[in-house]
Amino acid sequence: MRENRQPIRALLILTALTVGIITLFMSLNVRGQWDFILTFRGTKVLTMALVGYAIAVSTVLFQTVSHNRILTPSIMGFDQLYILIQTSLVFTIGSAGLTALDPRLLFAFNVGAMVVFSTALYRWLFSGSSRSLHLLVLVGIVFGVLFRSLSSFMQRIIDPNEFVVLQDRLFANFNTIDSNLLGIAVATILIASFFGWRLMHVYDVLALGREASINLGLDHGRIVTVILMLVAVLVSVSTALVGPVTFFGLLVANLAYGIAGTHKHRFVLPVATLLAVICLIGGQLILERVFAFDTALSIVIEFVGGIVFLALLIRGVAR
Amino acid sequence: MIEISNVRKNYGDTIVVRDVSLQIPRKGITSIIGPNGAGKSTLLSMISRLLPLSAGTVTVDGLDVTTTPSDVLAKRLSILRQDNRVGSRLTVRDLVEFGRYPYSKGRLTAEDRAQAARAIGFLGLEALADRFLDELSGGQRQRAYVAMVLCQDTDYVLFDEPLNNLDMKHAVGMMKLLREAADALSKTVVLVLHDINFASCYSDYIVAMRDGTVVRHGSPQEIMTSEAIREIYDMEVEIQETQGRRISIYYT
Repeated sequence: MRENRQPIRALLILTALTVGIITLFMSLNVRGQWDFILTFRGTKVLTMALVGYAIAVSTVLFQTVSHNRILTPSIMGFDQLYILIQTSLVFTIGSAGLTALDPRLLFAFNVGAMVVFSTALYRWLFSGSSRSLHLLVLVGIVFGVLFRSLSSFMQRIIDPNEFVVLQDRLFANFNTIDSNLLGIAVATILIASFFGWRLMHVYDVLALGREASINLGLDHGRIVTVILMLVAVLVSVSTALVGPVTFFGLLVANLAYGIAGTHKHRFVLPVATLLAVICLIGGQLILERVFAFDTALSIVIEFVGGIVFLALLIRGVAR
Repeated sequence: MIEISNVRKNYGDTIVVRDVSLQIPRKGITSIIGPNGAGKSTLLSMISRLLPLSAGTVTVDGLDVTTTPSDVLAKRLSILRQDNRVGSRLTVRDLVEFGRYPYSKGRLTAEDRAQAARAIGFLGLEALADRFLDELSGGQRQRAYVAMVLCQDTDYVLFDEPLNNLDMKHAVGMMKLLREAADALSKTVVLVLHDINFASCYSDYIVAMRDGTVVRHGSPQEIMTSEAIREIYDMEVEIQETQGRRISIYYT
């Protein structure tokens, strides 16, 4: 049973690593009040775990549904939509107005807009024929370009000072998290995960392809729509919480397939989640201790993720 | 019995299958033959709910395929398409065990595993059971997919060009196997075939399609005549009878 031992061993090692890195993150260089430090860092750890989970699970599920290991939800115009929403907000009500807004309201607005957009897109496209997933991805890319053009247009004409405020919002940031938002985010993701968990047995079948899964009795169109909505909720919550991290999902999902050595989702999903949490917390640790906050975590992740993306593309071409 | 009545499929103005009505009898092998673009695969896809119908109805043992829940049909009817490409890395056993999904919903019982082992044995894949699919030859992989479909244990088994990519030894092996599935396991096997000689030698019933309609249907004796082949394929062929089977000579 060579294929059964590897994923379990991978899971154990990764769990140990995760616990280790969280302990390190919580205890390194503590000066002053422990209870303050623990709450302060605990919030960060919780945020990163949540974001890691959301991105890992959403990317793996998205890749299962699209039968493609290079696509991620971000390619569907998600990140660009987030940037467009932020830009429009700064453009219309200004950075002062934005700061005055209730953050919970803003969060709900961000999540709502992204879920509505993606669900509308899927609904519209999935009423068509079987090849529409490719169409969906293409439309996603086109929408992404459209959103980006609109955003850069608005960014050109706003006040340079406003632009600086805006730019700050467009990089993933784990340092300034509102704990009220965190609570809402945790609740939303728990609810989405509950539905996702109940579909656990479906994912492996879905990976066989559309025709094979219909043959095995799945209501393919409906299940794909449900999964894409779950993905939309997960990605929206994580993006609205910390900002866009485009290549991160791609990085952890592909590492997870390799490390787990199997495609069974009950192994791949937790492995991807643990990897994501380790990467985020480890990255943040390096950011805080080595670079002394001089850069943003997303820059580190995008750099590594971009290289992996290129490597995947080149290997795919070579094969 | 599979009952097809007034089934049509069109993409815009292009009609692929036009108002086909047909009854496919229970038990035995029914082959659908015809030239490229006759609508054979499309018809098979519609019977197996992979493709929505533009008009008409298809019922399998009285169950309408468009309205019956997919998981109910999955216990009655299975289909194997010609191009099977699995993205994930699976062993033969993993793949075959997926055939039990309609019953187990992912929680395999001992009975499910035994059934999978029987299907693997039926296809002679015991030695390859723990190999990964991408380590197999085309013929072995094809057999693994057939094992999965048989493991699904449905009364109706549909195959779209099961002989694709098989050399003559494996093609004959596959047809013998399907014959055995029909006889020993008393299944209703429906095939789309390109080689009319295989259809002639192994089928109980042949349906001939051309330009989206059924032009002829009947026993191999009735279909395997020069006149019928001319009508179906627009081609002059010579029919010879050897060992009680009709073979068409169409190579020259």
